[in-house]
Amino acid sequence: MESWRQQPLVFWIFILPGGLWLLLFFMAPLALVWLFSFGERAGVIGIEITGTLANYWEALEPLYLGLFWKSLWIAAIATLATLIVSFPVALAVSFASRQMKPILLLLVILPFWTNLLIRTYAMIAVLRTNGYINYGLEGVWNGVSAATATVGLGALPAFQPLTLLYNNTAVIIGIVYIYLPFMVLPLYATLERLDRSFLEASLDLGAGQWRTFFNVVVPLAKAGIISGIILVFIPALGTFLISDLLGGPDSQLIGNVIERQFKAANNWPLGAAMSFLLMYVTFAVLALRSMFMNRDV
Amino acid sequence: MSNGGRPMVQIEQVSKRFGNVAAVDDVSLNIAANEFFALLGPSGCGKTTLLRMLAGFEQPTGGRILIDGEDMATVPPNRRPVNMVFQSYAVFPHMTVADNVAYGLKVVGVPAGEIGPRVEQALAMVRLEGFGGRRPDQLSGGQRQRVALARALIKRPKVLLLDEPLSALDRKLREEMQLELVRLQQAVGITFVIVTHDQEEALSMADRIAVMDKGKMLQVAPPQELYEAPNCQMVADFIGKMNLVSGRVTGAEGTRLTIETSGLGTFELDRGYVPKGEVGIAIRPEKIQLLRDKPNGELIAWPGKIAQLAYFGDSSNIYVELESGLRIACTRANQSRQDSVAFKVGDPCWVAWQPGDYLLLDS
Repeated sequence: MESWRQQPLVFWIFILPGGLWLLLFFMAPLALVWLFSFGERAGVIGIEITGTLANYWEALEPLYLGLFWKSLWIAAIATLATLIVSFPVALAVSFASRQMKPILLLLVILPFWTNLLIRTYAMIAVLRTNGYINYGLEGVWNGVSAATATVGLGALPAFQPLTLLYNNTAVIIGIVYIYLPFMVLPLYATLERLDRSFLEASLDLGAGQWRTFFNVVVPLAKAGIISGIILVFIPALGTFLISDLLGGPDSQLIGNVIERQFKAANNWPLGAAMSFLLMYVTFAVLALRSMFMNRDV
Repeated sequence: MSNGGRPMVQIEQVSKRFGNVAAVDDVSLNIAANEFFALLGPSGCGKTTLLRMLAGFEQPTGGRILIDGEDMATVPPNRRPVNMVFQSYAVFPHMTVADNVAYGLKVVGVPAGEIGPRVEQALAMVRLEGFGGRRPDQLSGGQRQRVALARALIKRPKVLLLDEPLSALDRKLREEMQLELVRLQQAVGITFVIVTHDQEEALSMADRIAVMDKGKMLQVAPPQELYEAPNCQMVADFIGKMNLVSGRVTGAEGTRLTIETSGLGTFELDRGYVPKGEVGIAIRPEKIQLLRDKPNGELIAWPGKIAQLAYFGDSSNIYVELESGLRIACTRANQSRQDSVAFKVGDPCWVAWQPGDYLLLDS
């Protein structure tokens, strides 16, 4: 490493391809969108950068502000649900035998190998009125019904399938499913490194399993929990595909609105302003994180 | 203790198998109340597994463990009357020293008013007064060790388990903590069971020592007996330094044996019993006198020449090659500043010892 530092040429050769790529295809478009957010539509495809703040005022109208707020809520609830679902999974993987660990991790990562769109459509097949969950429930219902009929209690009324799709719950279930690996992996990484003797010390001192979990495991896994929350919350906040496919008419999130501004509504300046407002929220979350992490580490 | 002389810990034919490997193999052992007991052995001998079975982190695959007369088979770790000091200390990094020490009282619902004074008292006992507000990462290794001790002792366990507690400390601190642990044990009157691979540690601290190897209990004895009368070659070799030669019993008249050795000739020995077949003959290096001239009288003496010198400051190890080719190590205290220069490599000399200093060991 030392000798590398003395070779500026090597440094530049290594940094240049990636640096240029980021500059051309990330920083430049981002700057462009930022400029658009201060512009006005001129004709069908033209945008004139006038320095106006009108797009931001429009984006902060109660209608959109409500959608921002709702998106924050949905993302927060989904992130919490992901955390609750993921923690036992990560714990189980970290306690699994050495032979089982790679297999279990593979199972967690496996959905990544499938296209996001296809995974989301698959959720429709599971959740819809004649989907697998309702099939399963119907089977149980009919079985119970047959049993009550035989013992002379009479059959149950016909099975009413649950409405699991096209509502906010479906969107939350979708987010949890899609982003689960982003939570499980950082949690697993922290739990894996956790010295088992901390858990044994807690048990030894008279704490039960639950107390040990909340008093020792959770605080010591804080770094992983925060990383997981960030990794799930930020994409969940901007999601539009999941809410589009699984959500109902009242499940529009800010991501959908932004998408519509850029496509159907052809209002790039407003879409750009909304995008940047969303990005500022993200920055605020990240700032909050570094405050948490710095406080007592 | 009013338990009618019953041992505090009873280990009855305990085994622990991992697959077909026996980490602990049919071990039986009683540890008395208020005893400072050491489990000693090389790494992988099963001593830590045995300790973890006392704590409840491992379940025996055979036999049973009783603590203060109560069978521990179905008692989980958090309900056992024992506490442990971990090798890594396991002081919770996210809690202050005081919170660490208070943890074991809080989780069992001791009233808050009682916890404060007891924490103070426990910290004073390990000489950490005023450290309650510190965080573990602000402490040295030795201080963290004391926190771990206070945290365990505040629970007033019947047995305190210590897993290699001093192995992470440097030599000076380790010697200090050895004295400290003995002082603490006498002060609190709790049974201490310590696991160590360091024989000096075991010899200097423990009332009794159990030497383990490959899951088996080889010998259980007070330190002096273990050192002066080891019951097998493994124990003799593991505890302290030892000159060991193999021998064969060629004649026996009652318990008076004629033993033929490789390197030390043939001699007679009476140790009150008749071993079978191959035996080991051993002499401690510090029991051997190193002389310029052949001694007179009772001493057994062999001529040789100095092969190697190792200077340790307070003592030197001198290796003498006998005419038979056997190398004998002898330890000399460097009692005077000039003493260590008395012998040089190649000097002719005599090694001599009392006939009573021979140890007869079954192989």
